[in-house]
Amino acid sequence: MKASLPGTIAAALIIAGKDLRSELRRRTALVSAVVFAALILVIFNFARDPTSLRAEQLAPSAFWITCAFAAVTALSRAFAVELEHGALDGLLLAPVPREALFLGKFLGNLVFVLLVESVALPLFVLFFNVSLKGALPGITLVALLATVGFVAVGTVFSALTARVRFNELMLPVLLLPFMLPPLAGAAQVTAALLNGRPLLESAGWLRLLLVYDITFVTLSLLVFPALFDE
Amino acid sequence: MRTGRVLIVIGLLGVTAAYVRAIAFTGVEAVQGPAQKIMYVHVPSAWCAFMAFSLVGICSGLYLWLGDRRLDTFSEASAEVGIVLTGLVLVTGPIWGKPIWGTWWQWEPRLTSTLFLFFLFVGYLTLRRAMFDPAERARYSAVVGILGAMLVPFIHLSVYMFRTIHPRPVVLNPEGPTMPGAFVATLLFSLSAFTVLYLGLVTTRYGLGRLRELREARHVSAA
Repeated sequence: MKASLPGTIAAALIIAGKDLRSELRRRTALVSAVVFAALILVIFNFARDPTSLRAEQLAPSAFWITCAFAAVTALSRAFAVELEHGALDGLLLAPVPREALFLGKFLGNLVFVLLVESVALPLFVLFFNVSLKGALPGITLVALLATVGFVAVGTVFSALTARVRFNELMLPVLLLPFMLPPLAGAAQVTAALLNGRPLLESAGWLRLLLVYDITFVTLSLLVFPALFDE
Repeated sequence: MRTGRVLIVIGLLGVTAAYVRAIAFTGVEAVQGPAQKIMYVHVPSAWCAFMAFSLVGICSGLYLWLGDRRLDTFSEASAEVGIVLTGLVLVTGPIWGKPIWGTWWQWEPRLTSTLFLFFLFVGYLTLRRAMFDPAERARYSAVVGILGAMLVPFIHLSVYMFRTIHPRPVVLNPEGPTMPGAFVATLLFSLSAFTVLYLGLVTTRYGLGRLRELREARHVSAA
């Protein structure tokens, strides 16, 4: 189906809005994702030898692994929830291009994951005794850059695994390899910022994350329609 | 199928000959000693494994464009052979790494890329096994194939950057010293033998895939 660019974006915003509204009204998903993230942060603190490794040294990796796992649990629901009561069929019958469906789902997931990350951040500061003084703008930027890329791929895989057997296992198996570049970058930049180093020092990583985002958002947009080609 | 079998036999003979040449007729490397000989298996299988996944990526893209079932069957064949080859790389690597690097494992860009290649092959083939509808399976796995092929350079780059920030002080340069001509000749010989073996295995596996499709089609028309 051909549609104008503004029409596609408008449809995408409506789909994203619908998803977020239902998530916020139900709240179970958001609350469980946040509790899940808090629990991983707590477990991380105890899964170390306190005499040899200070909590601060583990902080960036703990934060990013927490965000990754919370994102996987959030993404595993993104399309599974549409299968209930045949909602997906209704969505596919709607007179909007598949690209709008991807963009809408992608934006909805992105806001959801960023929301979880922004709740996890204060908890992280609390549990790991780190000071965000001066580092917050940089961390926000790198969080945005890292999250966009893997949520784009994650949205495709979420749609792909929703109707496959063992989907709760299949999604992480497919998605986790794609998290290596964003997570490596985010953890490195976060560590540098927390050590008080300037953001410009990490320009290389930021550039890599940006290229990753552009590549995978474009590619996901292109391949997504192939999943509903019937 | 017959072409495949002939290629497999030629490939196996070639690999054997390459090894006879490597052990009996190629000099022993001065620094690494006999451990260096594993390179004649390791490097060709790594090369073929990366070729296998590039072909999965290319054929996946072409499948989504052209919709030809044979491209999908070929991708599956290539991925299955590729997983064996990456397995071979990941087994031979540490065997060489222990005496030479002093450690079984090293987070080196190429090693890590190969490991992730292995993970991607596993994910790709697991997804295929979990799906029954052939057309749907073909489209879904093509999507994974394309995205996976694009991921490999990013993995390589991020591990490379990871290491430049935390450099390891004393590691033997994986590029190695420039090799004498006889070593290069043996390597190239082994490389072509492995390529023929790859082609033979893929052709055979592709033939099997086509036969299975025929049987499925007959099954459907009979029912």
